[in-house]
Amino acid sequence: MALDSRVPQGPIKDKWTDYKNKINLVNPANKRHIDVIVVGTGLAGGSAAATLAELGYNVKAFAYQDSPRRAHSIAAQGGINAAKNYQGDGDSTYRLFYDTVKGGDYRSREANVYRLAEVSANIIDQCVAQGVPFARDYGGLLDNRSFGGVLVSRTFYAKGQTGQQLLLGAYSAMNRQIARGKIEMFNRHEMLDVVKVDGKARGIIARNLVTGEIERHSAHAVVVASGGYGNVYFLSTNAMGSNATAAWKIHKKGAYFANPCYTQIHPTCIPRSGDYQSKLTLMSESLRNDGRIWVPKNMEDVLAIREGRKKPTDLSEDERDYYLERRYPAFGNLVPRDVASRAAKERCDAGYGVNATGEAVYLDFASAIERYGKEQAKIQNIQNPSKEKITELGEKIVEAKYGNLFQMYEKIVDENPYKMPMMIYPATHYTMGGVWVDYNLMTTIPGCYCIGEANFSDHGANRLGASALMQGLADGYFVLPYTIGDYLANDIRTGKIPTDTPEFDEAEKEVKDRIDFFINNNGTKSVDYFHKRLGKVMWDKVGMARNEKGLKEAMAEIKAIREAFWKEVKVPGSANEMNPELEKAGRVADFLELGELFAKDALMREESCGGHFREESVELEGEQKGEAKRNDKDFAFVAAWEYKGEPADAVLHKEALEFKDIELKQRSYK
Amino acid sequence: MNLTLKIWRQKDSQSKGQMVDYKVTDISEHMSFLEMMDVLNEQLVNAGEEPVAFDHDCREGICGMCSMYINGEAHGPDRGVTTCQLHMRMFKDGDTITIEPFRAAAFPVIKDLVVDRSSFERIQQAGGYISVNTSGNTQDANAIPISKHAADEAMDAATCIGCGACVATCKNSSAMLFVGAKVSQYALLPQGQVEAVDRVKNMVAQMDLEGFGNCTNTGACEVECPKGISLDNIARMNRELMKASLK
Ligand SMILES: Cc1cc2nc3c(=O)[nH]c(=O)nc-3n(C[C@H](O)[C@H](O)[C@H](O)COP(=O)(O)OP(=O)(O)OC[C@H]3O[C@@H](n4cnc5c(N)ncnc54)[C@H](O)[C@@H]3O)c2cc1C
Repeated sequence: MALDSRVPQGPIKDKWTDYKNKINLVNPANKRHIDVIVVGTGLAGGSAAATLAELGYNVKAFAYQDSPRRAHSIAAQGGINAAKNYQGDGDSTYRLFYDTVKGGDYRSREANVYRLAEVSANIIDQCVAQGVPFARDYGGLLDNRSFGGVLVSRTFYAKGQTGQQLLLGAYSAMNRQIARGKIEMFNRHEMLDVVKVDGKARGIIARNLVTGEIERHSAHAVVVASGGYGNVYFLSTNAMGSNATAAWKIHKKGAYFANPCYTQIHPTCIPRSGDYQSKLTLMSESLRNDGRIWVPKNMEDVLAIREGRKKPTDLSEDERDYYLERRYPAFGNLVPRDVASRAAKERCDAGYGVNATGEAVYLDFASAIERYGKEQAKIQNIQNPSKEKITELGEKIVEAKYGNLFQMYEKIVDENPYKMPMMIYPATHYTMGGVWVDYNLMTTIPGCYCIGEANFSDHGANRLGASALMQGLADGYFVLPYTIGDYLANDIRTGKIPTDTPEFDEAEKEVKDRIDFFINNNGTKSVDYFHKRLGKVMWDKVGMARNEKGLKEAMAEIKAIREAFWKEVKVPGSANEMNPELEKAGRVADFLELGELFAKDALMREESCGGHFREESVELEGEQKGEAKRNDKDFAFVAAWEYKGEPADAVLHKEALEFKDIELKQRSYK
Repeated sequence: MNLTLKIWRQKDSQSKGQMVDYKVTDISEHMSFLEMMDVLNEQLVNAGEEPVAFDHDCREGICGMCSMYINGEAHGPDRGVTTCQLHMRMFKDGDTITIEPFRAAAFPVIKDLVVDRSSFERIQQAGGYISVNTSGNTQDANAIPISKHAADEAMDAATCIGCGACVATCKNSSAMLFVGAKVSQYALLPQGQVEAVDRVKNMVAQMDLEGFGNCTNTGACEVECPKGISLDNIARMNRELMKASLK
């Protein structure tokens, strides 16, 4: 099948408006006869479910947690972008569009990104109308902060809990529709397959996670909003339950999977402390506004620190290597995430890591505390302030800005980050790759849509901070509810989709067989045992830096782990009860396939772009020596993979990327 | 460190439960409480036994899934944290730790440490929203200025993660802190005014219907709340209810 992105004709700034004017609509009376399934109730799924129900469709929404409000979007800290230009600093739709395409290293679809920037302002209006308590200034107007990789202040926030507040907004909109009976909510339910009838997505098979019952649900369209697949690495900043199952199941039934190798490794996370570790915790990017990143210059100091003979605060300025400021004088500590992560890895690989595992660098607030302290002393008219006074005043300011993050750090690490620099290390955070969708957000299965982090979306090879929340809500509130009508307009006479058909029988049987296999398999090893092994291969060979040899090994090793998994996995308990081990088994089985496709995609892409760094593709000379080298001539395309059984046999389809409104340039942060 | 765990095991909502003793060894003080539970579960799986079911997801204190009653306290002995943020350094080698589910008539046990909090869902469906459709034509976000003070207070109320620690802690199993926080968020914002009367009446009516107890002002809920939701929210809800009953 040829890939058709269905991008409308015309100038980029008119595309979306013109398209909406011409699209097929479903009249309100007919919407009552149309059912839509939404899998996932994070920002993307929650906003879509609420909006579709407001429009009059009958919505069935699914989530594996016990409430829609607990979706992983709840954990987002920093903020959400929108081109409001409230600060009058020259922001505009075009600038947000430009920053996002450039930040994504020119690997996203221009028309989608422009639309995203266009609807971004509506998101903020909508959320405020719902009662989302964004931060405000003393005049009562909305406040903004800045994020990495841009030159304007366009990020809206609610303390360090922006995702929580936005999700509660979408959740409240859902609650209104649940109360009206327009959304039927299935909490503690997991989608285990999609059902196709005559080639179209017409329903799902889901497991009730409380009773273990396998259920059939039909609809005229299926929307997958199940989040990202970062947990393929075992350790990530994602929630423990975040998984790829829904996305992977539709892939296996015909939806192409795009750019799986584009993953964001976030530079500032709390380092691993031991083998028992279950997840990694993000320290928001906003900290890099005031924190300076360094490691010791001399190896003796590194060893002394590791052995506890010295503290970082014992080292003088010239014994420290502020390596980001050294390598990137123009952007310093505020280079984009991919660049900052690789630089930390480079230092740690060279042996300069400052903790026992050798995988940590310092994020130091001492300079900021001193700077703010002096400023405050001036403001408060304190003559000749003592060093202690300056520190005290400075710490107050830092606390006001980042208090909740400092508290989180202290709880986990048991060290006071006001007095000792934080230790941080990169961790898997976000997946830019995902299910391929066209301009309508429809996958290659007719009637099956994919939104939010689960699709391959608008972020190219690297996502900028505060853009995921924007994309999830844009998809769910403002894009999908229009584009889905174009498809459903053909279904007004279809009538209810029956579930007592051979297609549902077959899909249900497949699901049940797999569950029975797990329960009856006489293995000896836990699901986590295999998940951790997969994670280690992914991190070591498909992590921050990749090369041909490592990727080939990774493919073979993942295959071997997968084979061992199917022989040796042990799942206790039964199928007809709440069984968290059984849930995990199904998810890890899918990660074990996705991981191999991920490595295959990384192997195919013989260029470095965004979060995908191929060691063979670096600048060899000049000012950019050693930096990532993109290859637009051969790789300016979306890699969309078609499932053919074994992941290694997946077939590549290319969607060429055309840049008509932006000139392709090398990203430079020097 | 080595620990003895006394854990509530219950097969399903119909079965009777009981406390069962387990031993875990070599627990690092740097582990989170749930990582200690992971170690126990791995041990159980390897021994061919059923692991302990417990709710958890984000493991950074924001999703509100985790819900253990540890040594007689919701979310355990530390303050201002959820169970997933509790660290083993709060315990000593040789300790015996009692772990139960959140207990309340309105939170029936589903299995082991997992409880059913759907009563919270129904309370919010009864009025925890502002009736505004998604259209793209809502008025500009800055059209109505809101004082920083009101916005910050609304934010403090909205910080509630809906975990249910307040209910589990209260001797009457009252949900007043939770409902108070929800009502307050909207009561403090101009957008919430239009529906204020019906909102508070309907949410409180649903709360009573679900079988939550009365508030007798002991303040225990505020102490155990992982997000520091203040008792002021209960007072504000009572005022809102009073105003509503006069209309
Ligand atoms: C710690 C952290 C901080 C972040 N901070 C920011 C930030 O400041 N700004 C920003 O823009 N982005 C941020 N991000 C990224 C952003 O939060 C996510 O990309 C975004 O919230 C994803 O939303 P979503 O709706 O696509 O998916 P999710 O919120 O992950 O929701 C997935 C939903 O799918 C359901 N689900 C999954 N599988 C199944 C299944 N098989 N059956 C049924 N249901 C299923 C889940 O129950 C859930 O409801 C952050 C991410 C993390 C991890």
